[in-house]
Amino acid sequence: MSSVVSEVSTTDDLRDYFFALVESLEERLLGEEVLLCEVRGEVSSFARLNHACVGQIGDVRHQRVTIDLIHRQKHALSSVDLAGDREIDLSRVRSLMEQVREIRSHCPDDPYLSYNTAACSGEFAEVSKLPDPVDMVGTIVDAAQSEDLVGIVASGAQYRGFANSLGQRNWHSTHSFNFDWSLFSEDDRAVKSSYAGKTWAVQEVRQRIAASVEMLATVRRPPKVLRPGRYRVYLAPAAMYEVVQMLSWGGFSVRGLETKSTPFLRMHESGARLSERVTLSENIAAGTAPSFESSGFPRPEQTTLIAAGRYEGSLVSPRSEKEFGVPTNGANAAESPVALDMRGGDLDRDTIAESLHTGLLVSNLWYLNFSDRAAGRMTGMTRFATQWVENGRVQGPIEVMRFDDTVYRMLGENLIGLTRQRDWIMDPDTYDWRSTNSARLPGALIDDFALTL
Amino acid sequence: MDEIRARFEEVIAARGRSLGAWTLRIVDQHDEAVSIRRDVVEPPSSSHDIGVMISVEGKNGTGYCATSDITRESLGLAVDSATRWADTRGGCGPLPQPTTGRYQTETQTPWHSVPLGQKIDRLRELSSSMVGGGEVVDWSASLWHTAVDTVLVGSGGGTVQQSFSFIVPMMSVTAAGNGDSQTRTLGGHAYARQGGLEVIDSVGFWSRGRLVRDEAVGLLHADNCPQGNMSIVLAPDQMILQIHESIGHPLELDRILGDERNYAGTSFVRPEMFGNYQYGSDLLNVTFDPTVPGEFASYGFDDEGQVAEKTHLIRDGVLVRGLGGTLSQQRVGLPGVANSRASSWNRPAIDRMANLNLESGESSLEELVSGVEDGLYMETNRSWSIDDSRNKFQFGCELGRRIRGGQLAEVVKNPNYRGVSATFWRNLDGVGNGATVEVLGTPFCGKGEPNQVIRVGHASPACRFAEVDVFGGE
Repeated sequence: MSSVVSEVSTTDDLRDYFFALVESLEERLLGEEVLLCEVRGEVSSFARLNHACVGQIGDVRHQRVTIDLIHRQKHALSSVDLAGDREIDLSRVRSLMEQVREIRSHCPDDPYLSYNTAACSGEFAEVSKLPDPVDMVGTIVDAAQSEDLVGIVASGAQYRGFANSLGQRNWHSTHSFNFDWSLFSEDDRAVKSSYAGKTWAVQEVRQRIAASVEMLATVRRPPKVLRPGRYRVYLAPAAMYEVVQMLSWGGFSVRGLETKSTPFLRMHESGARLSERVTLSENIAAGTAPSFESSGFPRPEQTTLIAAGRYEGSLVSPRSEKEFGVPTNGANAAESPVALDMRGGDLDRDTIAESLHTGLLVSNLWYLNFSDRAAGRMTGMTRFATQWVENGRVQGPIEVMRFDDTVYRMLGENLIGLTRQRDWIMDPDTYDWRSTNSARLPGALIDDFALTL
Repeated sequence: MDEIRARFEEVIAARGRSLGAWTLRIVDQHDEAVSIRRDVVEPPSSSHDIGVMISVEGKNGTGYCATSDITRESLGLAVDSATRWADTRGGCGPLPQPTTGRYQTETQTPWHSVPLGQKIDRLRELSSSMVGGGEVVDWSASLWHTAVDTVLVGSGGGTVQQSFSFIVPMMSVTAAGNGDSQTRTLGGHAYARQGGLEVIDSVGFWSRGRLVRDEAVGLLHADNCPQGNMSIVLAPDQMILQIHESIGHPLELDRILGDERNYAGTSFVRPEMFGNYQYGSDLLNVTFDPTVPGEFASYGFDDEGQVAEKTHLIRDGVLVRGLGGTLSQQRVGLPGVANSRASSWNRPAIDRMANLNLESGESSLEELVSGVEDGLYMETNRSWSIDDSRNKFQFGCELGRRIRGGQLAEVVKNPNYRGVSATFWRNLDGVGNGATVEVLGTPFCGKGEPNQVIRVGHASPACRFAEVDVFGGE
């Protein structure tokens, strides 16, 4: 058997290898046992850059299998990294099976046990269009020339598979890149940009870096120091991404709703509303995440979460279905969105400085957290190319400012409008694994935005 | 691990002199978690994570390849892959070579000495003590154990072997009513330590469920924290966050060198500030101390195999040293500490905090409080936000208490405060004695590209600060 993560392996090999391991486990099932099995893996290259030079560079090849072994209402989960050798891996997963049986013997019945019994197999497999990562790094370094570019380019294959002893088989493999970078001036002003996708276009990389260089010139002016107060602001899609990421921390979760830990508590209990302009949905069809979750449930193509400012629906994991009696929509255990979609409005991004008239163009927000979660109030910092605008003309950068405001003001009574154009943002997170999450968001023009420090 | 090492040595031998300097880091990690939520035992989970990080020096710098595929064939491919990077687009070097040594967590009651069934039974007892009254809407408790064995070998002949046992007990109760909800936890989940099950007993885990519940319910009925500029006394489970965000991160040399500017951020600290910058009042003494038994990020050697020792970073308020491993020290031309660490086998080592402790002073908690005429006492971090140069911060706590006339008074909810690192520490006007110190930590410090989440330890006494802007919720 060839190595499962060798350079010559294709994702087809990996799929076949995984399903073969599952079949060998199915042969060892006892009585009424049901096996759920998930595999996750990536073959990634990471190049970290500072001052347009490589700081750290290398490859990561990682794959892990998780089994959930069920007997009536008892079960336990365990995972193990795969070694790439059939003998070793068979030994590991069989041993895992025995361990889980032993653990399960100590467990009480799980009233919230839930797994998909309506087999819905499927496959999504892409062919790589990515160039040699050595060439990708070369293009970036050459294009940056003497500019102070800092950031990371991550690229390669990601795959997720699911199989159960009821005959279901799912496979999802993609090949993508995410180049996430900032350009800095000598006096520490910066512009942040990104380029992510499936097809790496050298000319596009050059153009985007050149555009960053051009924009950097506008933030080289002396920064304006603002006093705390309320300001009219435009939050660019990258800044909006930070806001919706915070709201995704329990805000769209049925468990968060039922246990009163949602930041939308006042929407559910006190009649608070967002602006009618705000419609949010989980749009799996338009995202890059798998269309199945870890116990085999399919995810619907679209789930509306907030419609015209009002609560419409929640993300519901299989366990929550049992606990709260709401049908699952294949949400992950955290019940957080993986492909959030916000409807655009009627503002034109190309003339947003004129629409703003006087206030702040906020390119990025940073390090958000709740200052009063139950009230939907959050704080965070401006970052990168945030600029002051007067009479529709960009004046220059500001010193970073802290905001502290509620979602009901920001995206409710003080929301003036959303841009017609939306950005597709591919999550650059690489904690443990490269993220497959994404979002499609407009920019937002907001009045009386509270800056506090 | 011995087999992997032997296979790797075969690969290296086959390469002969064509291969430059190299290191091999093997990480073998076992995790187990058992939890209960709303009186329902959740399915226990466990994982076994094993892999290698191979780093090599080549014609154009250093490169790495990390893999969970530990066949001889794949290890050879990994060496080739790392070499290709090192020869074409290599990163910073030279590759630090490890010394030789061992470290092992001291454990009194090993995790596996108590069967899973007994742990579940005790969690059920605990859970039943956490519920009561119609206002408690969510409650949970869990135990998380991690055992990690690492081996680091290098072409220079050094070998570092380390074995760790980590324990993290967690407990949380949420009470809700009248359109509000309040959550109280056991120390913000910061009773994270090295050791065995003795850690669980030593923090009073099994007996604190009722107290956590009562405090959650009490917060629901408390007034909002007032707004104003006043003195505050911070408990250790908030101090650790204050130390972490506004001392630890700004002192990381890789931030100062700009490596993190695209993600975690930079630092208001500049290289020329070491040795003369007045970081805080003369009561402020901060150490990098990986030698504290049982603290979460104690170790003998960092992940580049350098010997870890207790070192002052801030002495009597003056900044004396930064947090940077061998490569960062060379790049910036300043001394540092052995803190080049990786979250696992699949990430390269970068400058991290490890144990960062605030040394105790001479005041009892009563003395700290008695020095405040009108102020606030705050416990347990729940919200953290700071700018990318680690200066303007805003932090929130689970529980506050008014201080009036030098005495602790009524509980207030949603206590928040904000300030600027560069001036905040200069208003430190009271440091608690050894009796107020708690040894805490967190498994969740995020940084780096690619991202890494790592364990850090913080020990701190209670501390008092003057002239702080505080405020409450909506």
